[in-house]
Amino acid sequence: MDLRTGPRALSADKLSKSYGSFVAVDGISFSIDPGECFGILGPNGAGKTTTVKMISAVSPPTSGHLDVLGFDPAREPRSLKAVVSVVPDENNLDIDLSVRANLEVYAGYFNMSRAQATTKSQELLRFVELEDKAELDVDDLSNGMKRRLLLARALLNDPRLLILDEPTAALDPSIRHQLWDKMRDLKARGMTQILTTHYMDEAARMCDRLIIMNGGKIVEHGEPLALVKKHGQPDLEGVFLKLTGRKLEE
Amino acid sequence: MSLLRNLATISPRGVMKMWERDRRAFRKVFWVSMVPTFCGPLILMISLGAGVGTLVSSVEGLTYQQFIAPGLLASSAMLGATYSCTYDCFVRLKYQKVYDAILATPLNIEEIVTGELFWGATRGLLGAGAFLFVIATFGLVKSPLAILTLPLLFVVGLMFAVLGMAFTALISDVSLFTHYFTMFVTPLFLFSGIFFPVQNLPAWAAGMIEITPLVHCVRATRCLLSNQLTSQFWWDILYILALTLAFFLLSIYLMRRRIVK
Repeated sequence: MDLRTGPRALSADKLSKSYGSFVAVDGISFSIDPGECFGILGPNGAGKTTTVKMISAVSPPTSGHLDVLGFDPAREPRSLKAVVSVVPDENNLDIDLSVRANLEVYAGYFNMSRAQATTKSQELLRFVELEDKAELDVDDLSNGMKRRLLLARALLNDPRLLILDEPTAALDPSIRHQLWDKMRDLKARGMTQILTTHYMDEAARMCDRLIIMNGGKIVEHGEPLALVKKHGQPDLEGVFLKLTGRKLEE
Repeated sequence: MSLLRNLATISPRGVMKMWERDRRAFRKVFWVSMVPTFCGPLILMISLGAGVGTLVSSVEGLTYQQFIAPGLLASSAMLGATYSCTYDCFVRLKYQKVYDAILATPLNIEEIVTGELFWGATRGLLGAGAFLFVIATFGLVKSPLAILTLPLLFVVGLMFAVLGMAFTALISDVSLFTHYFTMFVTPLFLFSGIFFPVQNLPAWAAGMIEITPLVHCVRATRCLLSNQLTSQFWWDILYILALTLAFFLLSIYLMRRRIVK
């Protein structure tokens, strides 16, 4: 392992991913420090989700080097997945199971005993304020509650790295604030976070540093405020539009 | 050879966790799922046994009801496992994204698929086991060897689970399962010696049927229930095991190819 990457939570070096002749991620390099909230921004099709899939050991890189918490995702997926969690951009809760069973069964996948799974699930239901919904079917939850349950599910294994893929998409403002509060809680406990988002206000609020991707490449990186200053824009959205040349929700 | 390398990563514990997920989910749909796999063969046995049975005095030395009961038993295992590893798995794969969620955990595709296959076999056994109990109360089970049909029916379920899973891994649209049932499952059901001896067909047709899977299950089940462990029985078992192994490998390979991109 490269010595410089030792204390990093993550380091990516010339990371690429192609599907046939289509290059989704094109030689990106970046690193993330422990305890940091790191943003990956970009318009649709920029390569954010592909990057996240490589980091979470779901999709093997085509080329380049990737080190996540000291593991090579392509070669040690099982060890890595034990300490990384993803809050996915689409709801993939298990609708055949109750709210509580969603957590308990999922805890089993992380090799927890039944007793551990029960305790941990109860604790997380409390954390995301779904204790009184525990026996409901997942389908009976509101969108905001489903997001909270997805977050709780991602915390079952006490991840060292939490990846949030568009966590507040299509949520109303008060629920977005609730989720941000939870994210801040987790960050205060030292959990490293990767946040992909379309919302520039979210990125400006939550991220210590971020990269902006476009067409599979990193077009800018830095701290949100410094980027605003550097590009002489009123806010991060202005920086984004200037760099990607696209409207956000197109 | 990456297939073998991936197979070597399967841990029984991971398989068990997937099976456990299905078992918990099954509570919710127990009656809905059990009715077609259990009641279908039962209704056929009662109606055909009472109806056709009056026209047929004996088949291979058995009453008509005695003749059809083992085949219906095997077909119940086939149906339970097939429903589980076709429609149910496809919905979890494509619409509910259950596998995507699980793949974010230390479980891998091989364990997920193997767990699903064993659950499919379990589903088959549940329906067939209930059916065995019913035909025993009809007085159609004479031999104590009948208890050995339970492990056999589990393996029959497993064979149809791997067949269904391989098909599931290949298709993109849920409506294609209609073809699987009309072109594959239903003909098997009608021509595999459940309702009449295969030898009654022209030689070329009987020969073709020997290639297909259900006939071996029907014959093996009938052998066990009538206490005749001939060499034919062991050949049938060998066929079942070989086909199961081949399609197990194929379904794992196809599922990994489909899911990991």
